[in-house]
Amino acid sequence: MASGILVFSEHDGGKIKKTAFELIAKAVSLNMGPVSAVVVGNADTSALGSYGATTVYTVNGDAFSSYTTGSYTKALAAVIAKADPAVVLGAASALGKDLFPRLGARLGAGVVTEATELDNDGGLVAHRPVYAGKAMVTAKPLGLALVTVRPNSFGIPAAGSGSAEVVAVDAGVSAADSKVVIVESKKSDASVADLTEADRIVSGGRSIKSADQYDAIIRPLAASIGATPGASRAAVDAGYAPHSHQVGQTGKVVNPNLYVALGISGAIQHLAGMRTSKVIVAVNKDPDAPIFAHASYGLVDDLFDVAPLLQRELEAL
Amino acid sequence: MKIGVLLKQVPASDSRIKINGDQTGIVTDDIKWEINPYDEFALEAGIQLVEAKTASSLVLISLGGKDAEARIKDGIARGVKAKPEAIRLDDAAFVGSDPLGEARIIAAAVKKAGVVLLLTGKQTIDDDNGQVPAMVAELLDLPQVTFVENLEVSGDSLIAHRAMGSGQVDVVKSPVNAVVTCDKGMNSPRFASLPGIMKAKRAKIAVWSAADLGLEASSVGAGAAVVTEGAYRLPAERPSGKIIEGADAAAKVKELVRLLRDEAKVL
Ligand SMILES: Cc1cc2nc3c(=O)[nH]c(=O)nc-3n(C[C@H](O)[C@H](O)[C@H](O)COP(=O)(O)OP(=O)(O)OC[C@H]3O[C@@H](n4cnc5c(N)ncnc54)[C@H](O)[C@@H]3O)c2cc1C
Repeated sequence: MASGILVFSEHDGGKIKKTAFELIAKAVSLNMGPVSAVVVGNADTSALGSYGATTVYTVNGDAFSSYTTGSYTKALAAVIAKADPAVVLGAASALGKDLFPRLGARLGAGVVTEATELDNDGGLVAHRPVYAGKAMVTAKPLGLALVTVRPNSFGIPAAGSGSAEVVAVDAGVSAADSKVVIVESKKSDASVADLTEADRIVSGGRSIKSADQYDAIIRPLAASIGATPGASRAAVDAGYAPHSHQVGQTGKVVNPNLYVALGISGAIQHLAGMRTSKVIVAVNKDPDAPIFAHASYGLVDDLFDVAPLLQRELEAL
Repeated sequence: MKIGVLLKQVPASDSRIKINGDQTGIVTDDIKWEINPYDEFALEAGIQLVEAKTASSLVLISLGGKDAEARIKDGIARGVKAKPEAIRLDDAAFVGSDPLGEARIIAAAVKKAGVVLLLTGKQTIDDDNGQVPAMVAELLDLPQVTFVENLEVSGDSLIAHRAMGSGQVDVVKSPVNAVVTCDKGMNSPRFASLPGIMKAKRAKIAVWSAADLGLEASSVGAGAAVVTEGAYRLPAERPSGKIIEGADAAAKVKELVRLLRDEAKVL
């Protein structure tokens, strides 16, 4: 009978992402049977055991040098057939959100998107935001459950001393399994974490007034604490920051430990994208700006005065 | 080549959400409905492809009740130059479908309508599932390209830019017979023109049932669902924060950094 939890563990050029450790630790705490991991493509899997995975399934081959839906779906289906888990967890990343529904349709399994909390109630119960975080719902998959989880939902405990048995799986995947081919892979700024996975974010709004000022004020301030720069839609639509930086209902939904909003009013669509941030700092010269109702710390002042001072203080830490 | 665009009506993005008494969903009384904002990118892309004669025709497909017709008409009005057909998928048997059930219904309609390239939003902003497009692709054995911010179609293939996270953008090539989900940045959706709105008023919207689609009623709807959802509730309120006082910006900034380090412990 199906039992246990299999964690689809993503890696970035061979380095396992911290979202995988977060999910393995959570899977262990759910107490639903053995926890295993699956890694597709060549990666250093040695740390997975120390977070509680007892088995690591690896699928290797030329077809996995970059992500394609076809090759990964076939690989995961083969590992699921072998491991026979009750639940498969993965990060709600661009990759996870492409892969899990495809896999769900192939296996006839229930898929849950972007869970932010998981419980064991005799079976997996997932809680997830809907209406862009304005409401929550409880989802119960029947049978095999494929669940993507929003990064940073649980945090990562300290690694233990466990180690996992590595089992190589041959999924019989070849280039022919993907009708989509990657022509080019452009990596812009690999040193900066993706917004959806970022631990710290510094965002600027319309009030930043130009792309030059965004680059001169928001980016360096973000860099001073290793944060990812973000923006409101107004700033993006005005061309101050690229589309990929937009936070909110029609941008990225983010979940960092620290979110700093500079000159952002706090429109409902922006709040929808960042309201689950653990700590929110708002800098706005209007004391009545709606963002202050949601901020952990509010600073009523001019961002052009605050930002350089803040950067200096943070760099001095 | 026929292009299909999926349209769903959702509460306007600035809606205040209230939960109904038995927690099965939201209170819809005061909701203003709109086309899902991501579907607008798909619609605009479809209209442009027909206007450029890259595609021959456009069909708008919406799974939903009669109340969704105003949104379908909005879509027809915007695409008036592309003379779109419109199909609404509606049957008592569809009620309570989970995303896989919805995908079965939509896949059957896509096939029946003769769609070659299916364009959809990357997700809807009500359920926020983002599952249906990939499921439709799998059920029809078509390639999928999701989260696309740039799309070019030429001949029997397409080139798409998709954001992979961590600043990585993959440029991919796919057969044009595919499912593409659209993200912000792809285009700037147009509004309906007045003549468009007038024409759309008279437009016919076909309604297809489970029988029209050749679907067993038992393969869709609540009975076929492999995920059940319930207990809708509002998210936990954030504890109220504090406004940092200080003689000047420098003093406030110093206090902020102290609080972030010593109280919130995030630095
Ligand atoms: C369908 C739809 C989807 C949307 N999706 C999103 C989304 O995903 N993300 C998003 O962000 N928005 C979204 N919006 C837009 C949203 O409604 C707001 O228009 C937008 O968030 C406003 O951005 P802003 O706060 O930068 O600008 P504004 O609302 O103009 O606010 C600027 C703020 O800066 C303050 N300010 C000005 N100068 C200074 C200064 N020198 N120092 C300090 N403070 C200053 C002002 O007091 C004001 O509060 C969406 C809207 C719609 C209709």
